[in-house]
Amino acid sequence: MIAIIDYDMGNLRSLENALDRLGATYCVTADPDTIRKADKVILPGVGHAGLAMDNLVERELPAIIRSLRQPVLGICVGMQVLCRDSEEAHGKPCLGVFDAHVRRFSPAPGCKVPHMGWNDLGNLEGKLFKDMKSGAYVYFVHSYYAGLCPDTVATCKYSDVMFSAALRYENFYGTQFHPEKSGSVGEKILQNFLAL
Amino acid sequence: MLAKRIIPCLDVKDGRVVKGINFVGLQDVGDAVELGRRYALEGADELVYLDISATLEGRKTFAELVSRVAEAVNIPFTVGGGIRSLDDASRLLDAGADKITLNSAAIARPELIGEIAAKYGRQFVVVAIDAKSCPDGLWHATTHGGSRPSDKELFSWAKEAEDRGAGEILFTSMDHDGTRNGYPCPVYAELSDSLGIPVIASGGAGSVADIAAVLTEGKADAALAASIFHYGQYKVAEVKRELAEAGIPVRL
Repeated sequence: MIAIIDYDMGNLRSLENALDRLGATYCVTADPDTIRKADKVILPGVGHAGLAMDNLVERELPAIIRSLRQPVLGICVGMQVLCRDSEEAHGKPCLGVFDAHVRRFSPAPGCKVPHMGWNDLGNLEGKLFKDMKSGAYVYFVHSYYAGLCPDTVATCKYSDVMFSAALRYENFYGTQFHPEKSGSVGEKILQNFLAL
Repeated sequence: MLAKRIIPCLDVKDGRVVKGINFVGLQDVGDAVELGRRYALEGADELVYLDISATLEGRKTFAELVSRVAEAVNIPFTVGGGIRSLDDASRLLDAGADKITLNSAAIARPELIGEIAAKYGRQFVVVAIDAKSCPDGLWHATTHGGSRPSDKELFSWAKEAEDRGAGEILFTSMDHDGTRNGYPCPVYAELSDSLGIPVIASGGAGSVADIAAVLTEGKADAALAASIFHYGQYKVAEVKRELAEAGIPVRL
C-alpha cells in the first residue's frame, strides 16, 4: 500500500489517476499510523511552500515524515518542503531532509516565471531513473527551485539557471517536475519508484 | 532547454467532439477521450478541451467528460468554455483538469481571475483573449466568440490579466482565425515581450512554417491548433519533427 499524504495542498486527482493507470493500490491519508505502516509514501503538493509547511505542522506530520524509513517521494512543492528551507516560506525551516535551499527564479527576458512546460533532464543518477537517458522530457510548473547540491540526482536548465530536477537522500526522493503529468517518461519514473 | 509546446484543441458540444473531425468513428463522447489519448501518444504536449455547449445538460456532460479525460490522459490538459465563477472552476479542477481558460467572464468581471488564482494558483488560470485589429489602430478584445466588442485593448488587458493572477495568455487574432494564412507574428512578439508569463498562439495556422514562425519571430511559448490536426493534414509528431528540423526546441 502506498500512502499519499493528504495535507490540503492541491488536487490529488492527477496523481491518483496516474497510480490507477499503473495498477498501484494507494490510500490518501493524514493518519500518522497509516503513513508509518505504508510500503511507500508520496508527499504531493501544488501551491505555496510556506502554506505547505504550516499544514504539515498543523497535522503534526514533520517528525513522522522525517522518521520514515520506507521509500518516500516528494513531488513539486512536496519536494521543496523536504529541503532545508525555502524563500517562499520566508526563512522558516522546512523538513531538512535534502540539503538544499529553495529560491525563486528571477524574471528576466527569456525567463518567464513560472517555469512551465516540458524541459529535459540531465545527469541522471540512481534507481529512480533506471533505464532512462539524459535528454528525457518531463513536465514542470514552478516558480521556485532547489539549487544543485550533493543530493541532486537529476538536473535541468531554465534560462541561465541550472537547478535540481530531482533529489535523493537515503530513502527520500524528490522530483521538481510532475511525473504524473509527464507522459510515458513520467510513468516510467513512477514505476521505478514503485519498484524500489 | 524549455521546449515550445504544441497543443491540439478539441471543441466539444454536448459531450461530443464537433469541429471538423476527420477520423472515422470519433463522433461520440468516448471518442473525445480516445482522440485526446491518441494525440498524447503522438506527442502532443498538452490538450485543450473547449466546451461549446449552450445548455446546462451539455455542461454537465462536459464535466463528466473531463473526469474521463483525466483518467485516460497522462499529459496536462486545459478546459474552457462557459466558466463564469469560482464554483465552475472548482468543479472542473475536482474533475481533474490541470488548467482552465477564462474568456468572456474575465472581461465581464476581471476579479474572477484573481479569485481563482488565489485559490488554485496562477498556473491553473489561462486567460484567453480573442482580439480584432480595429480602425483606431488598436487591437480590441471581443467576447462571445468574437461576436461582441469589448472596451479592453489587447496589450493592456493581457497585462492586467497577468497582474491579476493569470498564468498564461492564449491570444487568438479574430482576423486570422480560420484563415489558415498564418499568425500576426509582430503582434505576438510585442505581446510576449510585454508579459512575464507564457503566450500561447492560436488561430491561423495553415502549415508547419506558420507555427515555426509564431514560435520564433512571434516569440510565442506554445501554439494551439485545431484544424491542421483534425483534418488529418498533419500528425502532431510530424509537426514536431519539422519544427525540430527547423532548430526549434520541441519534445520528441
